[in-house]
Amino acid sequence: MQTEIIIAGFGGQGVLFAGQLLAYAAMDNGLEVTWIPSYGPEMRGGTANCTVIIADEEIGSPIVRNPQVALVLNRPSLDKYEPLVKPGGLLVVNASLVDRNVDRRDIRTVLVPANEIAENLGDRRVANMVMLGAMLSNQPVLSLEAVTKAMEEHLLSRHRNLLPLNVAALQEGAKYLAEQLQSA
Amino acid sequence: MARELWKGNIAIAEAAVRAGLEAYFGYPITPQTELLEYLAMRMPELGRVFVQAESELGAINMVYGAACTGVRVMTSSSSPGISLMMEGLSYIAGTEVPMVLVDVMRGGPGLGNIAPAQGDYNQIVHGGGHGDYRPIVLAPSNIQEAIDLTMLAFDLAEAYRAIAVVLLDGSLGQMMEPAEMPPMRPLKTTYPDWAVRGAIGRERRVLSSIYLDPPLEEEANLRILRRWQQIEANEVRYKGYYLEDARFVVVGFGTAGRVALSAVRAARAEGIPVGLFRPITVSPFPDQVLRQLADQVEGFLVVEMNTGQMLEDVLRAIEGHAPVEFFARLGGVMPLPEEVLDEIKRMTTAPLTMDGHPRERWLQRMLQPA
Repeated sequence: MQTEIIIAGFGGQGVLFAGQLLAYAAMDNGLEVTWIPSYGPEMRGGTANCTVIIADEEIGSPIVRNPQVALVLNRPSLDKYEPLVKPGGLLVVNASLVDRNVDRRDIRTVLVPANEIAENLGDRRVANMVMLGAMLSNQPVLSLEAVTKAMEEHLLSRHRNLLPLNVAALQEGAKYLAEQLQSA
Repeated sequence: MARELWKGNIAIAEAAVRAGLEAYFGYPITPQTELLEYLAMRMPELGRVFVQAESELGAINMVYGAACTGVRVMTSSSSPGISLMMEGLSYIAGTEVPMVLVDVMRGGPGLGNIAPAQGDYNQIVHGGGHGDYRPIVLAPSNIQEAIDLTMLAFDLAEAYRAIAVVLLDGSLGQMMEPAEMPPMRPLKTTYPDWAVRGAIGRERRVLSSIYLDPPLEEEANLRILRRWQQIEANEVRYKGYYLEDARFVVVGFGTAGRVALSAVRAARAEGIPVGLFRPITVSPFPDQVLRQLADQVEGFLVVEMNTGQMLEDVLRAIEGHAPVEFFARLGGVMPLPEEVLDEIKRMTTAPLTMDGHPRERWLQRMLQPA
């Protein structure tokens, strides 16, 4: 049993960190996990991304063509990963930076105004945690508590003052639930 | 021992430190640079030697000098940088001093790119520097193995006075996985009787790769060969998955091996009796085990991230006792499990042939899209 998660956005949106946090939480919960930054042909195109695979057995390939889950933090990432999510999978969209509708009807979609929520919390940079929170409440591969605990245990000490803000961002994001878009 | 999340390059660096690495010399190159960067911080804090040399040539010759003192010494690089080190590696082999080399392979030939590939197989396993020598080559496919094999590389290099190479690709260098780091081993306090560490109070020792008198060079060549025969007899390592009842076997090393594992599992879920054979030492190559497997199975599929370099070793090992097929992605493109699964299905449904070369059949398939 394994879950593949791709997190994609512009460089600087914290997609690599969001993936690492998931990896830490998976490890702390006794699961197998791989984290790999953008590699191969998908390097082109100005987006940063990482693939996290969480499983209960030795993980084979660290990359997949069709992930179970995609978190897209900007429009180019939506264009790229919307067609690739497995049927029945989950697409979490940063609605703040995406100016089009999602076309797929065979996947679950969560639209989260992650930048607005982050700005309301006081710091635009936690939009990645809002997205992660939204993912966790819709694809409970790990509990919100497990990820919060991983953040407490692995956040560098110089960033420790940012902990409450990041936890709040996770919790705000977790309030958004997926909808199965209906055909028009 | 708790599991921690390690990035491949950094895991190898820390494993080397814990194996008793006393001196590191290197030159930065992607996708290996984190290894050097980490040691630039770590070695001085332990009072050990770290030098970023002026070039790969400088680095490998500093390794040569340090190796002659009998300490544990290492360098690391990626494909183009490894090419630059070949002359020094040959001198080290000819002088019969131990060292560890890490090659984090990228797309090539030439400058190529910084994406993961396995195109250095022939250079590391069969070629490289001039003259008659063979390195021990260990090919990890996950981060725990990268740690364990790095530690082992130091032991093997020392035991056989040989070059031990840890051969991986850029994806393994860059990815993170949980792994257990073994405890720090104490630095060695005694040195072998060939090491040059100052000759006060004893007769001087000379270490060199020069044997101007051919019979003496012949003797040196035979000495190196006899050590190699011991390595072949004692140090072959591999891992098998689902082989007990397998009628077909996929063969892949390093990252290609772990990608193939995903495909093999997916095939098993569909009831296809396929297993995976993953060489861990690609030099010495697990000839005998593959030869035995060849009598038990209906066919092999070799998967690589090069145009079939290890394929030739598999063909040699199984001596025509089973049909072989081949699949590869090249130039920094990683194979996907879905692609390998398609190849497994093709192999297990279409009639297999012993005619022609597997590489040629693969090329023909590539050129005519389905």
